[in-house]
Amino acid sequence: MLSRRIIPCLDVRDGKVVKGVRFRDHVVMGEIVDLALRYRDEGADELVFYDIIASPEGRSVDRGWVEKVARVIDIPFCVAGGIRSVDEARAVLHAGADKVSVNSPALERPALIDELAAAFGVQCVVVGIDSLRDADGEWRVRQYTGDPTKTQALPRRTLDWMVEAQQRGAGEIVLNCMGSDGVRQGYDLEQLSMARAICQVPLIASGGAGTPEHFRDAFVQADVDGALAASVFHSGAIAIHELKHYLHGQGVAVRL
Amino acid sequence: MSVVLVDAGGTNIGSVRYALQRLGVDAALTADAATIRAADKVILPGVGAAGPGMARLRELGLVDVLRSLEQPVLGVCLGMQLLCSHSEEGDTECLGLIPAPVRRFAEGPGLRVPHMGWNRLSVQRPHPLLVGLGDDDQAYFVHSYAVPVDDFTLASTDHAGEFSAIVARGNFHGMQFHPERSAAVGARLLKNFLSL
Repeated sequence: MLSRRIIPCLDVRDGKVVKGVRFRDHVVMGEIVDLALRYRDEGADELVFYDIIASPEGRSVDRGWVEKVARVIDIPFCVAGGIRSVDEARAVLHAGADKVSVNSPALERPALIDELAAAFGVQCVVVGIDSLRDADGEWRVRQYTGDPTKTQALPRRTLDWMVEAQQRGAGEIVLNCMGSDGVRQGYDLEQLSMARAICQVPLIASGGAGTPEHFRDAFVQADVDGALAASVFHSGAIAIHELKHYLHGQGVAVRL
Repeated sequence: MSVVLVDAGGTNIGSVRYALQRLGVDAALTADAATIRAADKVILPGVGAAGPGMARLRELGLVDVLRSLEQPVLGVCLGMQLLCSHSEEGDTECLGLIPAPVRRFAEGPGLRVPHMGWNRLSVQRPHPLLVGLGDDDQAYFVHSYAVPVDDFTLASTDHAGEFSAIVARGNFHGMQFHPERSAAVGARLLKNFLSL
């Protein structure tokens, strides 16, 4: 049986790992390679690196650190941040990343998803979606969330975008529930469950992890394939090895 | 020992190369027939689709070269599928070194395709490639097509039914998962291959 994945997310800004609350006020957490190795040793199943500033600034991800990580890391990792073309994705994949994740650039030009899937296969193509509930109760997509001054609320409904992304060739979807991000009150189970019902490809929960129970609930109640978190791992509030033993005891399939 | 990585255009070549470097082996990346024939070990990596993968091998004139190899050969992920007889992906004729079809996972309720993530390896029959592999060991998979279990299956994995995770027939071997991304388990399996 496929194991559920625990995925530390490392937000990268200017060559360092950073973390903000509700996507704002970033503070430096450490060096990229050091944190990558630490999480590998602790039992992370996969790593995601988001170059959070590349997309709003219209530049591509720096490939130097991608190659450094690829040399030392023996678990899969995904790179996101300002990948706007097949050529930019190829450079990141050739530098050693296993997958690329597209978010804002796919909203700018949805055909990017088709092009990436045709060039590398759907298994390399992750679509990240930043989603926030509007006053009318609908979840809608946000763009350029790495920089609060550039973040835009789009009229596009989150669930519509998820369907379209899969039709175009997304091999995995990361749903960042911005309303719960950074405040450690639990994943947005309501939104994730609705997403799960229309998501045929692997679905990764993001935003809100604070306790081991939150991870269990995301796997058991929302049936997600992976759970992504940042601050609880960076701060040491949750140790990955202990988290996985807890999940195993709760009947969740994990890699120990 | 000389190890070559066949440059069939897959994007995971760098990762496989780094994994071998971590084991102390500097593998050359090549599409040159003579270099491949002269190597002690040959690895055929690959991420992508079967059709373009075979087209690239034909373009490079490597189809008969690979078929005639007598040293240990390892196909990884798509590389393993290319060693088989035929793939449903793009209705592609493959190298035919392992007499097996490659079929798409049948999508169904609760069955995610691609099969992406860590899953258990169940040993089907002993082989030097599997030395040190434990009952609970898991490897990292990313694929939408798979090879059914048959006589040449060394280890299988369950994703709504068993499929071949590791295969061997004569000097040709295949791993459906990514040993280069399967932590200590993957390193052990790569080391075993280098020791064949």
